[in-house]
Amino acid sequence: MFDIPLQVLLGQITIGLVNGCFYAMLSLGLAIIFGLLNVINFAHGALYMLGAFGGYLLLQVFGVDYWWSLVIAPIGVGLIGAAIERLFLRRLAGVDHLYSLLFTFGLAIFLEGIFRDIYGAAGRPYPVPAALRGVVDIGFMRLPVYRIWIVVASLAMCGGIWLLIEKTKLGSYLRAGTENPRLVQALGINVPVMITMTYALGAALAAFAGVLAAPLYQVQPAMGSNLLIVTFAVVVIGGLGSLSGAILSGLTLGVLEGLSKVIYPEVSSTVVFIAMAAILLIRPAGLMGREA
Amino acid sequence: MRTSTAIFLAILTVGVAAPFGGLYPLFLTKCLAFALFACSFNFFTGNVGLLSIGHAAFFGLGAYVAGHALKVWGITPELALGLAVLVGASLGFVMGGMAIRRQGIYFAMVTLALAQMVYFFCLQAPFTGAEDGLQRIPRGRLFGLLLLDNDLVMYGFVLVSVAGAIWGLQRLMEAPFGQVMLAIRDNEPRAMSLGYDCRSYKLMAFVISASVAAFAGGLKAQTLGLASLPDAHWTQSGNVILMCLLGGLGTAVGPIVGATFIVALEGYLADFGLINIMGLTIDLSTKIPIVIGAIFMLCVLMFRKGIVGEIIDRTKQYLRNAQAPVAAKQVDTLLQK
Repeated sequence: MFDIPLQVLLGQITIGLVNGCFYAMLSLGLAIIFGLLNVINFAHGALYMLGAFGGYLLLQVFGVDYWWSLVIAPIGVGLIGAAIERLFLRRLAGVDHLYSLLFTFGLAIFLEGIFRDIYGAAGRPYPVPAALRGVVDIGFMRLPVYRIWIVVASLAMCGGIWLLIEKTKLGSYLRAGTENPRLVQALGINVPVMITMTYALGAALAAFAGVLAAPLYQVQPAMGSNLLIVTFAVVVIGGLGSLSGAILSGLTLGVLEGLSKVIYPEVSSTVVFIAMAAILLIRPAGLMGREA
Repeated sequence: MRTSTAIFLAILTVGVAAPFGGLYPLFLTKCLAFALFACSFNFFTGNVGLLSIGHAAFFGLGAYVAGHALKVWGITPELALGLAVLVGASLGFVMGGMAIRRQGIYFAMVTLALAQMVYFFCLQAPFTGAEDGLQRIPRGRLFGLLLLDNDLVMYGFVLVSVAGAIWGLQRLMEAPFGQVMLAIRDNEPRAMSLGYDCRSYKLMAFVISASVAAFAGGLKAQTLGLASLPDAHWTQSGNVILMCLLGGLGTAVGPIVGATFIVALEGYLADFGLINIMGLTIDLSTKIPIVIGAIFMLCVLMFRKGIVGEIIDRTKQYLRNAQAPVAAKQVDTLLQK
């Protein structure tokens, strides 16, 4: 592993960092939703896919450009998320949490099935917006601008949401609701609306990630489930207890994946799972150590 | 009569009668293989209370191992299937050993992630034929004597082995082992304080479940002559969850009912092809995942006990109203154990 050129190594690390940004955004959304609803949202990948297709269709059908898609698609998917919570997940709040999990699982199969039926399994390209084309030379290596943009945009988004939840009044309601929803309700805060908003926020974040991913990976129905399963492994390692933990473990595992592509390419698609297995053997409670 | 014996005899009776009712042996064989798969899933999730989303790994690997052994090594079916069971048990031991370290939703996520690893293995391993899978797997001669190429003969073999395996699973539930499993599901700390090693019980149940799932996968590969990637894909794990949910999770015959229903539905949709509704031509064969997903959501929203669970409840309600508490209790012990 010592005869690998530095350029290749750094190149793969940046690719890994980009993947890590997607893991971070998805696991952050999962953690926010889990905190208030106690639901592991299996439809998170499908919402991500919905965001990517939303961007694709906005461009193809309405000619809406990338920048507007980045705003419109998350809002649209957020509204869909709010509807899902209001109409379905709310009815399941009283029964075993496994049923909510199973519901979102069925929803994921349903949504993926619809898009596969209409658009087929093949990927559809989405052009990189003009402003973000090309490569920059940063001295020791050359980087595509779009990859830099993904890292900047997703870190800003994750940071913004972290600030929103940790530092604002609204966030303090949210954190209090995570700890003890009944007491918060008794203090006069509308918890049911807060729950709907939270699910919508998680869904919008997934869709934002989906639009970001559209030019980089191709838009295809299975893109969500493939990414989500890896994200689950990330979540098992990092735990759902803290938001910063979710973001950090997402980034770290993305970089680890990038490194494995250089050192031992055969395991690059499974290295996150291997890391998860190792963590389970060494520290069964996960790195952050808070059992749900 | 024990429930296990009753179920064993019921499967054989219905199974022998079904071909005379005009149903194709190949369709029935497929139903049986999936019924066994569903029972294996139910044996663990229904009785231990931990949701596994990784059972496709055992089913798929069982199919590949049996298929490879029959096609490339040309060994007899009972050895090939035995090998599939052995591989399934070993994989179950490894996966279960890791997954039972976590509880609840984490358990579900760990099983899903590990099963995805097995899927990647199936995609890349040299003996699985990648995207094509293993095709035209011969059925072989049972014990080197009985040629299984005839669909009806194959059906007879599958019927007896599936009925036997389901009997075994049910008999285990009636044994002290099964009762301890239920105790762990209902109150783990209490079972632990009574001196039971909960973790080994869970692991043992997982290994048994995994080996039976691999057996079902092997039977499926042998019958249809095909082992391919969809067998190991996560949607297959979803399918088996739906089968149990639809039939009645935790009930003895629910998974069999649910599996038959889903296999029949898939077959119906695939065969029907194009239909015409009010001038709109719809190709039903590509709508299977949509229908599966929709039934899944409906089941969870308003039909959580499943077909068999609802029947049990209604019967008990009826007997209670008819002032027959003893009979209600008998229904309980007969069906729900």
